[in-house]
Amino acid sequence: MSWLAEALPVRLGAGWNRLLSLIVLLILWQVAATAVADPGLLPSPLATLRAGYAELVRGELLFHVGITLARVAVAFALAMLIGSAIGIVLGRSPMLDQIFSGWLVIGLNLPALVTMVLCYVWFGLTEVAAILAVTINKVPTVAAIVREGTKALDRPLFEMTQVYNVKPTRVLTHVILPQLSPSLMAAARAGLALTWKIVLVVELLGRPNGVGFQIRTFFNYFDIASILAYSLVFIAAVIAIETFLLQPLDRRLGRWRRA
Amino acid sequence: MTGLVLSNVTRDFTEPTSRNVLRGVDLAIAQGEFVSLVGPSGAGKTTLLRIIAGLDTTHSGSVAWQSARRPRMGIVFQEPRLVPWLNILDNLLLVTGPEARDRARSLLAEVELVGSEDALPGQLSGGMQRRAALARALLVRPDFLMLDEPLISLDAALAERMRRLLNAYWREHRTTTLLVTHNVSEAADLSTRILILSPTEGRLVADCALPPPDPRLRNDRAVSVVVEELRRMTHAWPHGDSPENRDTPGPLVRVS
Repeated sequence: MSWLAEALPVRLGAGWNRLLSLIVLLILWQVAATAVADPGLLPSPLATLRAGYAELVRGELLFHVGITLARVAVAFALAMLIGSAIGIVLGRSPMLDQIFSGWLVIGLNLPALVTMVLCYVWFGLTEVAAILAVTINKVPTVAAIVREGTKALDRPLFEMTQVYNVKPTRVLTHVILPQLSPSLMAAARAGLALTWKIVLVVELLGRPNGVGFQIRTFFNYFDIASILAYSLVFIAAVIAIETFLLQPLDRRLGRWRRA
Repeated sequence: MTGLVLSNVTRDFTEPTSRNVLRGVDLAIAQGEFVSLVGPSGAGKTTLLRIIAGLDTTHSGSVAWQSARRPRMGIVFQEPRLVPWLNILDNLLLVTGPEARDRARSLLAEVELVGSEDALPGQLSGGMQRRAALARALLVRPDFLMLDEPLISLDAALAERMRRLLNAYWREHRTTTLLVTHNVSEAADLSTRILILSPTEGRLVADCALPPPDPRLRNDRAVSVVVEELRRMTHAWPHGDSPENRDTPGPLVRVS
Protein backbone atom coordinates (compact mmCIF):
# COMPACT_ATOMS: atom_id res chain seq x y z
CA MET A 1 0.00 0.00 0.00
CA SER A 2 3.01 2.30 -0.33
CA TRP A 3 1.42 3.85 -3.46
CA LEU A 4 -1.51 4.93 -1.27
CA ALA A 5 0.77 6.54 1.31
CA GLU A 6 2.59 8.38 -1.48
CA ALA A 7 -0.70 9.46 -3.06
CA LEU A 8 -2.02 10.98 0.17
CA PRO A 9 -1.38 14.74 0.22
CA VAL A 10 -0.70 14.81 3.97
CA ARG A 11 1.28 12.31 6.09
CA LEU A 12 -0.81 11.40 9.13
CA GLY A 13 0.07 9.58 12.34
CA ALA A 14 -0.81 5.91 12.88
CA GLY A 15 -3.84 6.82 15.04
CA TRP A 16 -5.25 9.14 12.39
CA ASN A 17 -4.69 6.54 9.69
CA ARG A 18 -6.75 4.02 11.65
CA LEU A 19 -9.52 6.57 12.25
CA LEU A 20 -9.56 7.50 8.57
CA SER A 21 -9.76 3.81 7.65
CA LEU A 22 -12.78 3.34 9.96
CA ILE A 23 -14.52 6.36 8.47
CA VAL A 24 -13.98 4.90 4.98
CA LEU A 25 -15.51 1.62 6.19
CA LEU A 26 -18.56 3.48 7.55
CA ILE A 27 -18.99 5.30 4.23
CA LEU A 28 -18.80 2.00 2.32
CA TRP A 29 -21.39 0.54 4.72
CA GLN A 30 -23.68 3.52 4.12
CA VAL A 31 -23.25 3.21 0.34
CA ALA A 32 -24.01 -0.52 0.46
CA ALA A 33 -27.10 0.06 2.65
CA THR A 34 -28.35 2.72 0.26
CA ALA A 35 -27.76 0.41 -2.70
CA VAL A 36 -29.55 -2.53 -1.07
CA ALA A 37 -32.36 -0.19 0.04
CA ASP A 38 -33.85 -2.77 2.39
CA PRO A 39 -33.27 -2.05 6.14
CA GLY A 40 -34.44 -5.59 6.88
CA LEU A 41 -31.43 -6.98 4.99
CA LEU A 42 -28.75 -4.33 5.60
CA PRO A 43 -29.61 -1.39 7.88
CA SER A 44 -27.61 1.84 7.61
CA PRO A 45 -25.00 2.79 10.27
CA LEU A 46 -27.45 5.35 11.66
CA ALA A 47 -30.28 2.77 11.96
CA THR A 48 -27.86 0.43 13.72
CA LEU A 49 -26.87 3.22 16.10
CA ARG A 50 -30.55 3.89 16.87
CA ALA A 51 -31.18 0.19 17.59
CA GLY A 52 -28.17 0.08 19.91
CA TYR A 53 -29.27 3.23 21.71
CA ALA A 54 -32.75 1.76 22.25
CA GLU A 55 -31.19 -1.37 23.81
CA LEU A 56 -28.96 0.82 25.97
CA VAL A 57 -31.92 2.84 27.26
CA ARG A 58 -33.81 -0.38 28.08
CA GLY A 59 -30.81 -1.52 30.12
CA GLU A 60 -30.44 -4.67 28.03
CA LEU A 61 -27.26 -3.82 26.13
CA LEU A 62 -24.90 -3.33 29.08
CA PHE A 63 -26.40 -6.30 30.97
CA HIS A 64 -25.90 -8.81 28.14
CA VAL A 65 -22.51 -7.45 27.05
CA GLY A 66 -21.41 -7.56 30.71
CA ILE A 67 -22.52 -11.19 31.10
CA THR A 68 -20.69 -12.21 27.93
CA LEU A 69 -17.53 -10.35 28.92
CA ALA A 70 -17.59 -12.09 32.32
CA ARG A 71 -17.82 -15.49 30.60
CA VAL A 72 -14.99 -14.54 28.24
CA ALA A 73 -12.85 -13.42 31.20
CA VAL A 74 -13.38 -16.62 33.22
CA ALA A 75 -12.89 -19.00 30.28
CA PHE A 76 -9.90 -17.00 29.01
CA ALA A 77 -8.20 -17.02 32.43
CA LEU A 78 -8.80 -20.72 32.92
CA ALA A 79 -7.59 -21.60 29.43
CA MET A 80 -4.44 -19.46 29.77
CA LEU A 81 -3.64 -20.98 33.16
CA ILE A 82 -4.22 -24.62 32.20
CA GLY A 83 -2.85 -24.27 28.66
CA SER A 84 0.33 -22.51 29.85
CA ALA A 85 0.97 -25.16 32.50
CA ILE A 86 0.53 -27.97 29.95
CA GLY A 87 2.67 -26.10 27.39
CA ILE A 88 5.53 -25.56 29.87
CA VAL A 89 5.49 -29.21 30.98
CA LEU A 90 5.46 -30.53 27.40
CA GLY A 91 8.12 -28.03 26.32
CA ARG A 92 10.43 -29.03 29.17
CA SER A 93 9.97 -32.79 28.89
CA PRO A 94 10.69 -34.35 25.48
CA MET A 95 9.31 -37.68 26.74
CA LEU A 96 5.94 -36.24 27.85
CA ASP A 97 5.82 -34.24 24.62
CA GLN A 98 6.23 -37.44 22.61
CA ILE A 99 3.47 -39.14 24.61
CA PHE A 100 0.93 -36.30 24.67
CA SER A 101 1.59 -34.34 21.46
CA GLY A 102 -0.97 -36.61 19.75
CA TRP A 103 -3.58 -35.58 22.31
CA LEU A 104 -2.77 -31.96 21.58
CA VAL A 105 -3.29 -32.51 17.84
CA ILE A 106 -6.70 -34.09 18.58
CA GLY A 107 -7.60 -31.13 20.82
CA LEU A 108 -6.51 -28.62 18.17
CA ASN A 109 -8.65 -30.31 15.51
CA LEU A 110 -11.72 -31.07 17.60
CA PRO A 111 -14.57 -28.93 16.18
CA ALA A 112 -15.70 -26.31 18.73
CA LEU A 113 -19.33 -27.19 18.04
CA VAL A 114 -18.75 -30.83 19.06
CA THR A 115 -17.24 -29.76 22.42
CA MET A 116 -20.14 -27.43 23.09
CA VAL A 117 -22.80 -30.01 22.30
CA LEU A 118 -21.02 -32.71 24.33
CA CYS A 119 -20.57 -30.40 27.34
CA TYR A 120 -24.27 -29.40 27.27
CA VAL A 121 -25.30 -33.07 26.94
CA TRP A 122 -23.00 -34.28 29.71
CA PHE A 123 -23.35 -31.39 32.19
CA GLY A 124 -26.72 -29.89 31.21
CA LEU A 125 -27.47 -26.37 30.03
CA THR A 126 -25.49 -24.84 32.89
CA GLU A 127 -22.97 -22.06 33.36
CA VAL A 128 -20.28 -24.62 34.21
CA ALA A 129 -20.89 -26.52 30.97
CA ALA A 130 -20.70 -23.28 28.96
CA ILE A 131 -17.41 -22.15 30.55
CA LEU A 132 -15.98 -25.68 30.30
CA ALA A 133 -16.80 -25.92 26.59
CA VAL A 134 -15.04 -22.63 25.84
CA THR A 135 -12.04 -23.52 28.02
CA ILE A 136 -11.60 -26.96 26.43
CA ASN A 137 -11.62 -25.37 22.98
CA LYS A 138 -8.99 -22.82 23.91
CA VAL A 139 -6.55 -24.90 26.01
CA PRO A 140 -4.88 -26.81 23.10
CA THR A 141 -4.13 -23.57 21.22
CA VAL A 142 -2.48 -21.98 24.28
CA ALA A 143 -0.62 -25.19 25.14
CA ALA A 144 0.74 -25.55 21.59
CA ILE A 145 2.00 -21.94 21.44
CA VAL A 146 3.53 -22.04 24.95
CA ARG A 147 5.12 -25.45 24.28
CA GLU A 148 7.01 -24.06 21.28
CA GLY A 149 8.07 -21.03 23.34
CA THR A 150 9.28 -23.30 26.13
CA LYS A 151 11.36 -25.38 23.73
CA ALA A 152 13.19 -22.22 22.71
CA LEU A 153 14.06 -21.19 26.28
CA ASP A 154 17.66 -20.15 26.96
CA ARG A 155 19.50 -23.30 28.10
CA PRO A 156 22.61 -21.53 29.47
CA LEU A 157 20.44 -19.56 31.90
CA PHE A 158 18.92 -22.81 33.18
CA GLU A 159 22.41 -24.23 33.66
CA MET A 160 23.32 -21.18 35.71
CA THR A 161 20.26 -21.63 37.96
CA GLN A 162 21.04 -25.34 38.22
CA VAL A 163 24.59 -24.76 39.47
CA TYR A 164 23.41 -22.11 41.95
CA ASN A 165 20.55 -24.37 43.04
CA VAL A 166 18.02 -21.54 42.60
CA LYS A 167 14.58 -22.31 44.05
CA PRO A 168 12.18 -23.69 41.38
CA THR A 169 9.56 -21.02 42.12
CA ARG A 170 12.14 -18.29 41.56
CA VAL A 171 13.30 -19.98 38.33
CA LEU A 172 9.66 -20.00 37.17
CA THR A 173 8.93 -16.37 38.00
CA HIS A 174 12.32 -14.81 37.17
CA VAL A 175 13.65 -16.97 34.33
CA ILE A 176 10.91 -19.02 32.64
CA LEU A 177 7.87 -16.71 32.58
CA PRO A 178 9.72 -13.57 31.38
CA GLN A 179 11.23 -15.58 28.53
CA LEU A 180 7.81 -16.97 27.71
CA SER A 181 6.14 -13.56 27.66
CA PRO A 182 6.17 -13.28 23.82
CA SER A 183 4.58 -16.75 23.55
CA LEU A 184 2.10 -15.97 26.33
CA MET A 185 1.15 -12.70 24.63
CA ALA A 186 0.71 -14.49 21.29
CA ALA A 187 -1.42 -17.12 23.02
CA ALA A 188 -3.44 -14.41 24.78
CA ARG A 189 -4.11 -12.56 21.53
CA ALA A 190 -5.04 -15.68 19.58
CA GLY A 191 -7.00 -16.88 22.60
CA LEU A 192 -8.99 -13.72 23.16
CA ALA A 193 -10.19 -13.60 19.56
CA LEU A 194 -11.09 -17.30 19.65
CA THR A 195 -12.68 -17.24 23.11
CA TRP A 196 -15.23 -14.52 22.50
CA LYS A 197 -16.35 -16.06 19.23
CA ILE A 198 -16.89 -19.43 20.92
CA VAL A 199 -18.62 -17.80 23.92
CA LEU A 200 -21.17 -16.26 21.57
CA VAL A 201 -21.95 -19.64 19.99
CA VAL A 202 -22.16 -21.28 23.43
CA GLU A 203 -24.65 -18.59 24.51
CA LEU A 204 -26.60 -18.96 21.31
CA LEU A 205 -26.91 -22.71 21.86
CA GLY A 206 -27.74 -22.92 25.52
CA ARG A 207 -27.70 -19.84 27.74
CA PRO A 208 -30.61 -17.56 28.73
CA ASN A 209 -28.55 -14.37 28.52
CA GLY A 210 -25.47 -12.80 26.92
CA VAL A 211 -24.78 -11.34 23.48
CA GLY A 212 -25.09 -14.76 21.80
CA PHE A 213 -28.53 -15.25 23.34
CA GLN A 214 -29.62 -11.77 22.21
CA ILE A 215 -28.40 -12.43 18.66
CA ARG A 216 -30.49 -15.60 18.54
CA THR A 217 -33.52 -13.66 19.84
CA PHE A 218 -33.10 -10.90 17.26
CA PHE A 219 -32.52 -13.50 14.55
CA ASN A 220 -35.98 -14.91 15.34
CA TYR A 221 -37.42 -11.40 14.66
CA PHE A 222 -35.10 -10.74 11.66
CA ASP A 223 -33.91 -7.63 13.55
CA ILE A 224 -30.57 -7.17 11.74
CA ALA A 225 -30.00 -3.66 13.13
CA SER A 226 -29.99 -4.93 16.73
CA ILE A 227 -27.77 -7.90 15.80
CA LEU A 228 -25.25 -5.51 14.25
CA ALA A 229 -25.53 -3.11 17.22
CA TYR A 230 -24.69 -5.85 19.74
CA SER A 231 -21.88 -7.17 17.56
CA LEU A 232 -20.29 -3.74 17.16
CA VAL A 233 -20.46 -2.94 20.89
CA PHE A 234 -18.87 -6.28 21.70
CA ILE A 235 -16.12 -5.88 19.08
CA ALA A 236 -15.42 -2.41 20.52
CA ALA A 237 -15.06 -3.93 24.00
CA VAL A 238 -12.59 -6.58 22.77
CA ILE A 239 -10.56 -3.96 20.82
CA ALA A 240 -10.47 -1.87 24.02
CA ILE A 241 -9.06 -4.87 25.94
CA GLU A 242 -6.40 -5.36 23.25
CA THR A 243 -5.51 -1.65 23.12
CA PHE A 244 -5.60 -0.71 26.78
CA LEU A 245 -4.58 -4.00 28.41
CA LEU A 246 -2.65 -6.36 26.12
CA GLN A 247 -0.61 -3.81 24.16
CA PRO A 248 0.66 -1.89 27.23
CA LEU A 249 1.40 -5.21 28.94
CA ASP A 250 3.34 -6.37 25.87
CA ARG A 251 5.36 -3.13 25.81
CA ARG A 252 6.10 -3.43 29.53
CA LEU A 253 7.24 -7.07 29.28
CA GLY A 254 9.45 -6.34 26.27
CA ARG A 255 11.12 -3.25 27.79
CA TRP A 256 14.41 -5.06 28.55
CA ARG A 257 14.84 -5.97 24.86
CA ARG A 258 15.13 -2.29 23.98
CA ALA A 259 17.77 -1.67 26.69
CA MET B 1 34.85 -31.05 53.55
CA THR B 2 34.59 -29.80 49.98
CA GLY B 3 37.31 -31.89 48.40
CA LEU B 4 36.66 -33.65 45.15
CA VAL B 5 37.84 -36.88 43.52
CA LEU B 6 37.48 -37.62 39.82
CA SER B 7 38.21 -41.18 38.74
CA ASN B 8 38.78 -42.26 35.15
CA VAL B 9 36.54 -39.54 33.68
CA THR B 10 36.11 -39.94 29.95
CA ARG B 11 33.96 -37.85 27.65
CA ASP B 12 33.32 -38.45 23.96
CA PHE B 13 31.55 -36.11 21.59
CA THR B 14 29.78 -37.68 18.65
CA GLU B 15 28.53 -34.51 16.94
CA PRO B 16 29.42 -32.82 14.67
CA THR B 17 32.33 -35.27 14.44
CA SER B 18 33.35 -38.09 16.73
CA ARG B 19 35.93 -36.77 19.20
CA ASN B 20 37.42 -38.13 22.38
CA VAL B 21 37.95 -35.00 24.53
CA LEU B 22 38.76 -36.44 27.96
CA ARG B 23 40.37 -39.83 28.37
CA GLY B 24 40.50 -41.37 31.80
CA VAL B 25 41.13 -38.21 33.82
CA ASP B 26 42.04 -38.89 37.47
CA LEU B 27 42.10 -35.89 39.75
CA ALA B 28 41.84 -35.19 43.45
CA ILE B 29 41.33 -31.65 44.74
CA ALA B 30 41.68 -31.18 48.48
CA GLN B 31 39.61 -28.74 50.50
CA GLY B 32 41.04 -25.25 50.43
CA GLU B 33 43.19 -25.71 47.32
CA PHE B 34 43.25 -23.13 44.55
CA VAL B 35 43.75 -25.27 41.46
CA SER B 36 44.28 -23.90 37.97
CA LEU B 37 43.55 -26.04 34.98
CA VAL B 38 45.66 -24.85 32.06
CA GLY B 39 45.36 -25.91 28.47
CA PRO B 40 44.73 -24.48 24.99
CA SER B 41 41.30 -24.14 23.37
CA GLY B 42 39.70 -27.48 22.71
CA ALA B 43 41.73 -29.34 25.33
CA GLY B 44 38.58 -30.13 27.34
CA LYS B 45 39.03 -27.68 30.25
CA THR B 46 35.48 -26.37 30.11
CA THR B 47 34.13 -29.88 29.55
CA LEU B 48 35.87 -31.04 32.72
CA LEU B 49 34.49 -28.05 34.62
CA ARG B 50 30.96 -28.75 33.35
CA ILE B 51 31.29 -32.37 34.47
CA ILE B 52 32.33 -31.24 37.96
CA ALA B 53 29.46 -28.71 38.04
CA GLY B 54 26.99 -31.50 37.23
CA LEU B 55 26.01 -29.92 33.90
CA ASP B 56 27.47 -32.70 31.75
CA THR B 57 26.27 -36.11 32.83
CA THR B 58 27.07 -38.04 29.67
CA HIS B 59 30.58 -39.00 30.76
CA SER B 60 31.96 -42.23 32.10
CA GLY B 61 33.95 -42.49 35.31
CA SER B 62 33.00 -40.99 38.65
CA VAL B 63 32.88 -37.58 40.32
CA ALA B 64 32.76 -37.84 44.11
CA TRP B 65 32.52 -35.01 46.62
CA GLN B 66 34.14 -35.57 49.99
CA SER B 67 31.10 -34.19 51.76
CA ALA B 68 27.72 -35.59 52.77
CA ARG B 69 25.73 -32.94 50.92
CA ARG B 70 26.22 -31.27 47.56
CA PRO B 71 28.61 -28.37 48.12
CA ARG B 72 27.37 -24.83 47.59
CA MET B 73 28.82 -23.86 44.24
CA GLY B 74 29.75 -20.54 42.73
CA ILE B 75 30.56 -20.36 39.04
CA VAL B 76 31.70 -17.85 36.48
CA PHE B 77 31.01 -19.21 33.02
CA GLN B 78 32.95 -18.16 29.95
CA GLU B 79 30.00 -15.94 29.05
CA PRO B 80 28.41 -13.94 31.92
CA ARG B 81 24.99 -15.67 31.83
CA LEU B 82 23.20 -12.77 33.47
CA VAL B 83 19.41 -12.70 33.17
CA PRO B 84 18.83 -9.92 30.58
CA TRP B 85 15.56 -8.60 32.05
CA LEU B 86 16.82 -8.32 35.64
CA ASN B 87 19.01 -5.44 36.73
CA ILE B 88 22.50 -6.23 38.01
CA LEU B 89 21.51 -6.20 41.69
CA ASP B 90 18.51 -8.47 41.05
CA ASN B 91 20.73 -10.79 39.02
CA LEU B 92 22.86 -11.27 42.11
CA LEU B 93 19.86 -11.64 44.41
CA LEU B 94 18.34 -14.27 42.11
CA VAL B 95 20.82 -16.84 43.44
CA THR B 96 20.49 -15.92 47.13
CA GLY B 97 17.19 -14.17 47.81
CA PRO B 98 16.59 -10.58 48.87
CA GLU B 99 18.16 -11.02 52.31
CA ALA B 100 21.65 -10.72 50.78
CA ARG B 101 21.03 -7.20 49.40
CA ASP B 102 23.66 -5.43 51.51
CA ARG B 103 26.34 -8.01 50.82
CA ALA B 104 25.46 -7.94 47.10
CA ARG B 105 25.96 -4.15 47.02
CA SER B 106 29.25 -4.54 48.85
CA LEU B 107 30.50 -7.17 46.38
CA LEU B 108 29.44 -5.03 43.43
CA ALA B 109 31.55 -2.25 44.94
CA GLU B 110 34.50 -4.66 45.23
CA VAL B 111 34.28 -5.52 41.52
CA GLU B 112 34.05 -1.79 40.75
CA LEU B 113 30.40 -1.75 39.69
CA VAL B 114 29.13 0.96 42.05
CA GLY B 115 26.32 2.83 40.30
CA SER B 116 25.51 -0.08 37.98
CA GLU B 117 23.15 -1.84 40.39
CA ASP B 118 20.03 -0.70 38.55
CA ALA B 119 21.40 -1.17 35.03
CA LEU B 120 20.26 -4.02 32.83
CA PRO B 121 23.04 -6.36 31.62
CA GLY B 122 22.54 -5.17 28.04
CA GLN B 123 23.47 -1.66 29.14
CA LEU B 124 26.89 -2.77 30.41
CA SER B 125 30.08 -3.73 28.58
CA GLY B 126 31.18 -7.36 28.36
CA GLY B 127 33.87 -6.78 30.98
CA MET B 128 31.37 -5.23 33.41
CA GLN B 129 29.03 -8.16 32.91
CA ARG B 130 31.84 -10.60 33.70
CA ARG B 131 32.60 -8.72 36.90
CA ALA B 132 28.93 -8.89 37.86
CA ALA B 133 29.06 -12.64 37.25
CA LEU B 134 32.13 -12.83 39.52
CA ALA B 135 30.29 -10.90 42.25
CA ARG B 136 27.35 -13.31 41.90
CA ALA B 137 29.68 -16.29 42.33
CA LEU B 138 31.19 -14.85 45.51
CA LEU B 139 27.79 -13.77 46.89
CA VAL B 140 26.68 -17.34 47.59
CA ARG B 141 29.74 -17.89 49.86
CA PRO B 142 30.63 -20.96 47.80
CA ASP B 143 32.18 -24.11 49.21
CA PHE B 144 33.53 -24.76 45.72
CA LEU B 145 34.26 -21.94 43.30
CA MET B 146 34.59 -22.57 39.57
CA LEU B 147 36.02 -19.88 37.32
CA ASP B 148 36.09 -20.40 33.55
CA GLU B 149 38.42 -17.78 32.08
CA PRO B 150 36.91 -15.09 34.34
CA LEU B 151 39.33 -12.30 33.39
CA ILE B 152 39.56 -12.91 29.67
CA SER B 153 37.84 -9.76 28.37
CA LEU B 154 39.17 -7.29 30.93
CA ASP B 155 41.88 -4.74 30.20
CA ALA B 156 45.27 -5.46 31.75
CA ALA B 157 44.96 -3.06 34.68
CA LEU B 158 41.45 -4.17 35.60
CA ALA B 159 42.38 -7.85 35.20
CA GLU B 160 45.23 -7.28 37.66
CA ARG B 161 42.84 -5.68 40.19
CA MET B 162 40.41 -8.59 39.81
CA ARG B 163 43.29 -11.05 40.30
CA ARG B 164 44.10 -9.25 43.54
CA LEU B 165 40.46 -9.48 44.58
CA LEU B 166 40.35 -13.24 43.88
CA ASN B 167 43.63 -13.70 45.73
CA ALA B 168 42.39 -11.74 48.75
CA TYR B 169 39.11 -13.66 48.76
CA TRP B 170 40.91 -17.01 48.68
CA ARG B 171 43.35 -16.00 51.41
CA GLU B 172 40.47 -14.89 53.63
CA HIS B 173 38.08 -17.81 53.02
CA ARG B 174 40.33 -20.61 51.72
CA THR B 175 37.49 -21.60 49.35
CA THR B 176 38.28 -24.64 47.25
CA THR B 177 38.66 -23.13 43.79
CA LEU B 178 39.10 -24.43 40.25
CA LEU B 179 40.26 -21.85 37.72
CA VAL B 180 40.17 -22.70 34.04
CA THR B 181 42.61 -20.63 32.02
CA HIS B 182 45.04 -20.79 29.13
CA ASN B 183 47.30 -18.21 30.78
CA VAL B 184 50.15 -19.79 32.76
CA SER B 185 51.11 -16.49 34.45
CA GLU B 186 47.56 -15.92 35.65
CA ALA B 187 47.45 -19.46 37.01
CA ALA B 188 50.79 -18.98 38.80
CA ASP B 189 49.64 -15.69 40.37
CA LEU B 190 46.58 -17.25 41.96
CA SER B 191 47.07 -20.97 42.50
CA THR B 192 48.45 -23.46 44.96
CA ARG B 193 48.53 -26.00 42.18
CA ILE B 194 48.58 -25.96 38.39
CA LEU B 195 47.30 -28.81 36.25
CA ILE B 196 48.13 -29.06 32.57
CA LEU B 197 45.53 -30.65 30.32
CA SER B 198 46.97 -31.94 27.10
CA PRO B 199 45.08 -30.99 23.91
CA THR B 200 46.07 -34.22 22.18
CA GLU B 201 46.07 -36.68 25.06
CA GLY B 202 42.77 -35.63 26.67
CA ARG B 203 44.30 -36.14 30.10
CA LEU B 204 46.35 -34.31 32.69
CA VAL B 205 50.04 -34.30 31.82
CA ALA B 206 51.44 -32.11 34.59
CA ASP B 207 50.56 -31.43 38.20
CA CYS B 208 52.68 -28.72 39.80
CA ALA B 209 52.36 -27.67 43.44
CA LEU B 210 53.17 -24.04 44.22
CA PRO B 211 53.67 -22.15 47.46
CA PRO B 212 50.44 -20.46 48.62
CA PRO B 213 49.72 -17.26 46.65
CA ASP B 214 50.37 -15.11 49.71
CA PRO B 215 52.92 -12.30 49.40
CA ARG B 216 54.34 -13.18 52.84
CA LEU B 217 54.83 -16.86 52.05
CA ARG B 218 55.61 -16.89 48.42
CA ASN B 219 59.07 -17.48 47.08
CA ASP B 220 58.81 -15.82 43.67
CA ARG B 221 62.00 -17.50 42.52
CA ALA B 222 60.53 -20.99 43.04
CA VAL B 223 57.34 -19.95 41.27
CA SER B 224 59.17 -18.47 38.32
CA VAL B 225 61.08 -21.72 37.83
CA VAL B 226 57.79 -23.65 37.66
CA VAL B 227 56.21 -21.06 35.40
CA GLU B 228 59.14 -21.18 32.99
CA GLU B 229 58.92 -24.97 32.85
CA LEU B 230 55.15 -24.85 32.21
CA ARG B 231 55.59 -22.13 29.60
CA ARG B 232 58.15 -24.30 27.85
CA MET B 233 55.61 -27.15 27.78
CA THR B 234 52.63 -25.11 26.62
CA HIS B 235 54.75 -23.24 24.06
CA ALA B 236 54.70 -26.32 21.89
CA TRP B 237 50.91 -26.66 21.75
CA PRO B 238 49.20 -26.02 18.45
CA HIS B 239 46.04 -23.87 18.16
CA GLY B 240 46.32 -22.37 21.65
CA ASP B 241 44.76 -19.02 22.51
CA SER B 242 47.74 -17.53 24.25
CA PRO B 243 50.08 -15.61 21.96
CA GLU B 244 53.03 -17.83 22.77
CA ASN B 245 51.10 -20.89 21.56
CA ARG B 246 50.02 -19.68 18.19
CA ASP B 247 52.87 -19.84 15.76
CA THR B 248 55.17 -22.46 17.14
CA PRO B 249 53.70 -25.93 16.78
CA GLY B 250 55.99 -28.67 17.98
CA PRO B 251 56.11 -31.97 19.79
CA LEU B 252 54.20 -32.29 23.07
CA VAL B 253 56.39 -32.45 26.15
CA ARG B 254 54.98 -34.94 28.62
CA VAL B 255 55.33 -34.55 32.37
CA SER B 256 53.60 -37.04 34.62
